[in-house]
Amino acid sequence: MSERYIASVDQGTASSRCLVFDRRARVVAVSQVEHEHIFPRPGLVEHDPEEIWRNVEHVVADALASAQLPVSDIVALGITNQRETTVLWDAKTGEPVHNALNWADTRTDHLVRELGDGLGPDRFRERCGLPLATYFSGPKIRWLLDNVAGLAERAEAGDVLFGTMDSWLIWRLCGRHITDVTNAGRTMLMNLETLDWDDVLLDAIGVPRAMLPEIRPSMEVYGEAGGALAGVPVAAALGDQHAAMFGQTCFEPGDAKCTYGTGSFLLMNTGDQPVASGNGLLTTVGYKIGDEPATYALEGSIAVTGALVQWFRDKIGLIGSASEIETLARTVDNNGGCYVVPAFSGLFAPHWRSDARGVIAGLTGYITKGHLARAVLEATAWQTREVVEAMNSDAGVELTSLKVDGGMTANNLLMQSLADVLDVPVVRPIVAETPSLGAAYAAGLAVGFWSGPDELRAQWHKAAEWLPAMEQAVRDKGYRKWRKAVARTVDWVDEDDD
Amino acid sequence: MPGTIQSIERAAAILRLLSGRNRRLGVAQLAGELELPKGTVHGILRTLTVVGFVEQDEETGKYQLGAALLHMGSSYLDGNELRTRALNWSDSLAARSGESVRIGTLHEGKVLVVHHVFRPDDSRQALEVGGLVPAHATAMGKVLLAAHRYAAREVAAAGLARFTPRTITGTDELDAELAAVLERGWAADAEELVVGEVSLAAPIDDRRGVTVGAIGISGPVERLMENGTPRSDLVSYVREAARAVSRDLGAIPW
Repeated sequence: MSERYIASVDQGTASSRCLVFDRRARVVAVSQVEHEHIFPRPGLVEHDPEEIWRNVEHVVADALASAQLPVSDIVALGITNQRETTVLWDAKTGEPVHNALNWADTRTDHLVRELGDGLGPDRFRERCGLPLATYFSGPKIRWLLDNVAGLAERAEAGDVLFGTMDSWLIWRLCGRHITDVTNAGRTMLMNLETLDWDDVLLDAIGVPRAMLPEIRPSMEVYGEAGGALAGVPVAAALGDQHAAMFGQTCFEPGDAKCTYGTGSFLLMNTGDQPVASGNGLLTTVGYKIGDEPATYALEGSIAVTGALVQWFRDKIGLIGSASEIETLARTVDNNGGCYVVPAFSGLFAPHWRSDARGVIAGLTGYITKGHLARAVLEATAWQTREVVEAMNSDAGVELTSLKVDGGMTANNLLMQSLADVLDVPVVRPIVAETPSLGAAYAAGLAVGFWSGPDELRAQWHKAAEWLPAMEQAVRDKGYRKWRKAVARTVDWVDEDDD
Repeated sequence: MPGTIQSIERAAAILRLLSGRNRRLGVAQLAGELELPKGTVHGILRTLTVVGFVEQDEETGKYQLGAALLHMGSSYLDGNELRTRALNWSDSLAARSGESVRIGTLHEGKVLVVHHVFRPDDSRQALEVGGLVPAHATAMGKVLLAAHRYAAREVAAAGLARFTPRTITGTDELDAELAAVLERGWAADAEELVVGEVSLAAPIDDRRGVTVGAIGISGPVERLMENGTPRSDLVSYVREAARAVSRDLGAIPW
């Protein structure tokens, strides 16, 4: 029998990728294209859904062509996506009615505070596991219904459909309007226990059921793809962080991983019961395999990590490429006393302050671009420390090592800083593209390409390890200064700000 | 001009003429343009040829700009950039070969390890990024020296240290080895750095075809060699990984 493969589409925040994996989970083809981030005003972030769809079509065709793989050798397609980003499209023509609102977009600021209705941001937390924040899709849908003429009526009638990126891609690929539980769980409209749309939430946030996709498990054959993958079963859909958990084989309660990309996300498997967080973490669905009970997770979401490096590259212009941040940071030995807190869309986990904005603290005439670069990298490490501490409190047990993945793991200085700041070993697996791998694993399980979680676990191997090398006193002082810098970000946004 | 070195000024003038409209010029033409005696110009050209800034065309005897000059300043690719581009392919190589993977660049006559992927057997290993290894006794080093002959001459001139009975310590031996490496497109170190260890490497080229790094695997001689030669399947994995990274850097347009 000739080799067979699983294809995976990762529609991420910064780019769309197609990876093809063989039976031993090795990458045999990759193609990647970035898409535009549209910033109509400070705090607003949009994408063109048509551009994203075209890019996905392109990377799929390109990946197959580059490895000279015939479609007949592809056994299934798994999809993973940037979560919460909201697309609305016409049910008949398939045309988007507005640009997609990215997860980091903050235009729902006022709406989200209004929805708190005197009960505060935790008003819906018990039902959906999430605090009221601009991050989630439900309020974004409501904003569009309120602000695009005629949209509300069309939505009531089911003429306008909502989807996160998984739904948008599956709609274009096989004509079905569905989403998986992990993506649905990021809308604030889904009940964590029933795993169905919740009428109380729909009513309070003001979203008609008619426009919502059907909620399906994370792996099952949803339909057949068209285009470059014509005939290939679309067999899995998972939000990117959930796919990463899957790719890191975090199948047991207590297993945790942190993915370092545009944003960074620490997720810990909590088993088949949702665990409420007392420390600013989110309760979310980890994944759902077919008819089996769902697996839940605790999540610490850090909005701006890689995005800070990209900002440094594209807007500040002190580096030519993202990798150069490491080169620049290594020109100095430490941050020189300066700290960068990138609260670009407010503070996410564990603080959840939408009134916060970014700060560079500790500036003196001594600070050079090298120190700034160092502070940019350290921002990711300190933010991780904050969510790890919250996770340790909620879980009642301390993390003994951190499994990491994602593009930023290429940055050795960052990985070493993480180990230093967390005081635990940091370990990277042999495949850094874990969201893509996770989607492939899920699709492969759905069609029987792999037998079960044990076979997947056997394929996890350590590719690199960083051990803590920082003195306790230095670490403690650094954390103290970091927390001071964070305190300077809050209470910034005023009523008369955009 | 006072305070400057005359021969360098004259050399610069020659290089400027050779990068102008006429790409190839003879001694007489150069001497005429610069209004200098032919003997003087010839002497400068001889030194420029030794350092690789100028080459003499065998057929016509005319001089043109040398490869070393054309590659100057552009055979440097930031190691962090190289690691980022090579991340997926180096992981893949480690998975396929079952051995540890390293990527190296040339740094002051040695090989700087810019990336290291552990051998995927979950054994205890330490990250070696940032380390320097000798160029003449490793496969990565040989790949890099074969592509940068001027650096090879410098390394040989500085003395080739012996690490094992098999280490290459003679200049002629090194020259022959590098010529063979360039010809076949990959290199091996067969217990030349550490007894019992073998490494295999292939060049990573950028869009100008300049070798900017080397990628390779290393492991015990029992696993990497068969009947006294490197296992051909492992060699092909290494070469494929090198080609994949080069393709991403734009070296191979198809």
